[in-house]
Amino acid sequence: MEIVINGKPHHADAELSLAQAVAVLTDAETGVAAAVNGDVVRRAVWEATQLSDGDEVEVLTAVQGG
Amino acid sequence: MDDPLLIAGEAFSSRLIMGTGGVPSLDVLGRALAASGTELTTVAMRRVDPAAAGSVLDLLRERGIRVLPNTAGCFTAVEAVRVAKLAREALGTAWVKLEVIADERTLLPDPLELLAAAEQLVADGFTVLPYTNDDPVLARRLEQAGCAAVMPLGSPIGSGLGIRNPHNIELIIESAGVPVILDAGIGTASDAAIAMELGCAGVLLATSVTRARSPELMAEAMRLAVASGRLAYLAGRVPRRKLALASSPPVE
Repeated sequence: MEIVINGKPHHADAELSLAQAVAVLTDAETGVAAAVNGDVVRRAVWEATQLSDGDEVEVLTAVQGG
Repeated sequence: MDDPLLIAGEAFSSRLIMGTGGVPSLDVLGRALAASGTELTTVAMRRVDPAAAGSVLDLLRERGIRVLPNTAGCFTAVEAVRVAKLAREALGTAWVKLEVIADERTLLPDPLELLAAAEQLVADGFTVLPYTNDDPVLARRLEQAGCAAVMPLGSPIGSGLGIRNPHNIELIIESAGVPVILDAGIGTASDAAIAMELGCAGVLLATSVTRARSPELMAEAMRLAVASGRLAYLAGRVPRRKLALASSPPVE
């Protein structure tokens, strides 16, 4: 399965949940949000959200700004 | 004196809202935030960088400063609404500093996209604090849309040009039923004092502190300027006169 995580191609041999995709980048327990193909997915359902081939995952956090 | 800034029913004893962008290190930022006395501080939402060292969120949590996510970098209502929702999910706050800019050169707000985003976010339960043009009509429309404050610019973001159209800021304040917070353009302490003397409920600034030679010293200057300008506003300045008015009694 080929997906995109924060703009970078990512290959997975098996099924991948959103929780696993986020874990590629960070293990932070708080302060992180994720969207799949532009739709925000609540953290409570990351585990249950299975990704599909071609999905684009965005993982954001707060940085200095504004 | 008990004179809190009230936004959407929440009270802040400091009328200075700080941004966090532009400081070279979290250590310097922490000292500047402490010196500013701010209780509400903006952050931006960006892709997670696995290599990033330290977190601005940890710093704000340690210092007990409330976080205000912004939608900086968004050019359309669609983008801004998405970033606001991500921020709500990541940070557990429905407050958002709404920024929808028109172009990189000026970073001026795009009024149509801004209003559209504000309407959508208010409908979705957000407490919306929009960064807006110094246009009294747009400010009124944003208030009518349900925004919790309006935050007109003094001059373009990061320009340090101060308040270029104080007359418009006064017009916005005169008719606003929500707090008016001067956002963007502050260059130095006197600009912040002038904003407060005009009747602004607060000042939001970043660059003038974070890119000063000494952010910590400038943060203290801003804290004093905002407090000082507020006191002068409440005290009521004397009218301007064309000719002298002796302050000593006449000689007998």
